[in-house]
Parts: sequence; C-alpha cells; structure tokens
Amino acid sequence: MRIRCPFCGERDVHEFTYLGDANGTRPDPSVADAAEQFHDYVYLRDNPAGPHREYWYHGAGCHGWLVVERDTRTHEIRSVAFAHEEAAQ
Amino acid sequence: MKYSIFSLAANALTGHKGWKPAWRDASPREAYDVVIVGGGGHGLATAYYLAKEHGITNVAVLEKGWIGSGNVGRNTTIIRSNYLLPGNIPFYELSMKLWEGLEQDLNYNAMVSQRGVLNLFHSDAQRDAFARRGNAMRLHGVDAELLDRDAVRKMLPFLNFDDARFPIQGGLLQPRGGTVRHDAVAWGYARGASDRGVDIVQNCEVTGFRIENGRAVAVETTRGTIRARKIALAVAGNSSRVAAMAGLRLPIESHVLQAFVSEGLKPLLPGVVTFGAGHFYISQSDKGGLVFGGDIDGYNSYAQRGNLPTVEDVCEGGMALMPMIGRVRLLRSWGGIMDMSMDGSPIIDRTPVDGLYLNAGWCYGGFKATPASGWCFAHLIAHDVPHPAGAAFRLDRFATGHLIDEKGQGAQPNLH
Repeated sequence: MRIRCPFCGERDVHEFTYLGDANGTRPDPSVADAAEQFHDYVYLRDNPAGPHREYWYHGAGCHGWLVVERDTRTHEIRSVAFAHEEAAQ
Repeated sequence: MKYSIFSLAANALTGHKGWKPAWRDASPREAYDVVIVGGGGHGLATAYYLAKEHGITNVAVLEKGWIGSGNVGRNTTIIRSNYLLPGNIPFYELSMKLWEGLEQDLNYNAMVSQRGVLNLFHSDAQRDAFARRGNAMRLHGVDAELLDRDAVRKMLPFLNFDDARFPIQGGLLQPRGGTVRHDAVAWGYARGASDRGVDIVQNCEVTGFRIENGRAVAVETTRGTIRARKIALAVAGNSSRVAAMAGLRLPIESHVLQAFVSEGLKPLLPGVVTFGAGHFYISQSDKGGLVFGGDIDGYNSYAQRGNLPTVEDVCEGGMALMPMIGRVRLLRSWGGIMDMSMDGSPIIDRTPVDGLYLNAGWCYGGFKATPASGWCFAHLIAHDVPHPAGAAFRLDRFATGHLIDEKGQGAQPNLH
C-alpha cells in the first residue's frame, strides 16, 4: 500500500502512522447529554466495509496529518488531503 | 458413528469405504427456537453447548460460506490462559479446562497438545511485570512458572540470547498452554451439534433482520426468511456490518492480522515462544511447518490480506529471536479479519434489541477462547443471564467505565 502525500508525493505505507476514523466530531462538553455524546465519540465506530475516511500521520516525511479515503475491502486509496485543509472547508 | 480404535480398525479392513459425513449439511426450515449467525468456531461451539448443556436443540447455525472458513481456520492455533485482569483470568481458564476435556467430550481428535507457551522477557522491569502476571495466574489456580535465562537456554538453546536491544533474561511459562488442530475444532463442534439435532446451514448469508416492537423476530437470508425466538451473532470480523443491519453501532473496528507458515522441518520447537518486544511469536505444527505471526497491520480492513511492511516487520522479529529462521523458506501467508474492540477484550451480552444476542470483539485472541465463548454464550442465550465466567464482557462497559484493558492502551484498537 502506498499513500500519495500532498506534500511529499507517493510514499510507502510504513512511513505513516494510522489513527483511525476521520468522521467523528468532538462533542460540546457543555451540553446536557455530553457524557453520552462523548461515549459515542470515543468508543463507537461505523467500521464500514468500503470507502472509509481516516487519519494518517506522515511521521517519516512532512509530519503532516492527512485525511485519506481508502476502500477497506481492497485497500485502494481514492483521495488524500491535508487534515487542516479538510477541517477548514 | 462413534469414533474409536474399533471403528478405525473395521474401516481399515474394509478399505475405508464405510465412513459417513461427520455432520449433516441441512437446508433451512421456516422457524427455530435459536438462530446462530456465523458457522465459525464460536457459533458452532455455542450450538453444541446449547444442545448438550441446555437441551435446546431446535437450533440453526447459518454460515455465509462454508463452516470454518473464517478465523477458526486462519489463526495460529495457540491456546493459553495467561491473563492478568480479573474479568479475563477465570474466563480463559474455563476455556483451558474445556480444551483439556474437549476430545473426550466431542469424541473427535482435535490434536490438543499442551506443549507449553513461553513469553520471553528482556529487562528487570519486564521480569517484574511477568512475575506479577504469573502470581495473578497462580492465585486463580492457573499454572505459571518464571524461568531464568539458564532455564530458557536449556529449553531453547538456539535463541539469540545476546541481542543488543532485547537480550533474553528469562520467560514466563504456562506448561498447560499449547496448540490445537484448528479445523478439527470447527468440525468436531459441528459434528457434536449436528448429532443432537442442530441444523448447520451453509451458503446462507444474512441480509437483514426483521424487528417488530423492538424485538428481533426473524432473519432475512439469501435462502429465505427464517423466524427465530432468539437470534445470536457470532460473526467476529464482520460484527459491525451484521449489527448495523439491526441498527446497532458497536465499539469495534475490523483489522487484518497476517500469519505465516514455513516449509516442513524436523522437530525443532518444543512449544510456543512469544517475543512480545519484537512483535513475533512462533510454534511448530505437527506437520513440521513453523507457524508464526506478529502484529495486526494497523488500519481498518476487511480484505483478508495484508501488506508487505508487516511481513517485513514480522520476519525481522523472527530473525532477531532465532537467526537460523533466515534459512527457512516461507510456504504461505494469509490474513484474517479481527474484531478489534476498544479495550482489547470481547463482548458476550444481550443487545438493546430484545431477542438479539452478541458475541464479538475477540481481537486476535478468539481461537483459544472458543470453548468458553460457546459455553458462556449458550448459557446467556438459554437463561438470559450471563454465565459468571463471562459476566464482565458487557456491551455497556464502555459507558459505565468497567473496561477490561489488558494492555492499557485506551480506545485505540490498532494498539491492542
């Protein structure tokens, strides 16, 4: 598996570290059901068989956090973007 | 047919033409008391103990492929009960005791071989941690012996004791641990369940659940709708996908774990050796192949195959531990899909949907748990009360804070 880092170009997967699902949004701790929302945020996953948006860290390269869309059935990578650019949108 | 020396001799004298299939390949009926989804080790063991221990025989096991085609045929066949935490030790020791009586109970040769499992340590701190683990095991009646460097050298003289980074200082040995012929576990449980009236239905994929008034009443399958008073899921690897059909989100990620076997060699390794610091463990099968593995690849996957960096990492671990492995040729490698839970421990519990039961989250420790998993899951399904040995494996423990995190990694499944 190779990931095309937007800054460094295509690199072998061993340069990267995996964090996981990139779809969660950290809940607001001040809302009434914050404990329940945090439980869902921390512990529950959609875990799809198919396209999956996920965080990878390019530790042996530019030290950038990436959002990668990858098919969990084939490991095919469909898109890669910087996480901060995704977050800004 | 009961297998014995006499049935073997009788069939040998008649050209082995008298053997019958070990279990019935059934077609699904319209309704059952219990439908078990998943014809792997855990599902078949659950069906067997439901019939044998609880007298519930109107049961179907539904398997999307053929029985034993998932993780029960993809593991490295190791059994052990060397756990530390209170929720885990009694459960895995129950499993070990069931392994010890399994072949007589099933009248089936599963080649249970208690050849010992040795965990190596490499520093004073790690020795102290292992001593604590060994003491916890012994307090629960599990066997454990702390070996020093010389004792390990006597047992395994060919290991690299003076590795610069991880010199071997000793190991924690569980003599009752060992290996089991994994396919025979699936076949033996299938035979025992089938003999007691359980329908084993292959090529029958569940495509949905029928839920009425908050209660699961039927499964939709590729071979029609099947009604059931109780529906039990034992589909580790795909638990999230199947549970999603019932509207549930689980604390699970699916990850791929690779395993490897070498060409056959003369007897070399007396037991199982784990080199945790180097992410490598190894044993030798009765056919002579070295069976070994390491860590999961580390990213969500349903592919049942991994990538090369992990192959390289595992082989580096092997070379660091026993350099002579470098002259051995690899015969095969394969991947299985693990239910990686958020604390590294499994789930055996009811679900928020009435009549729907969940057995999931086995990470890469499912094989050794097979008998106890079936035993406890059958108890839960039969009585709606958890078995005491599996009572800690609750689905709601992540909300209540009663996690069973053997490695202390937190909700980062690829690190468990």
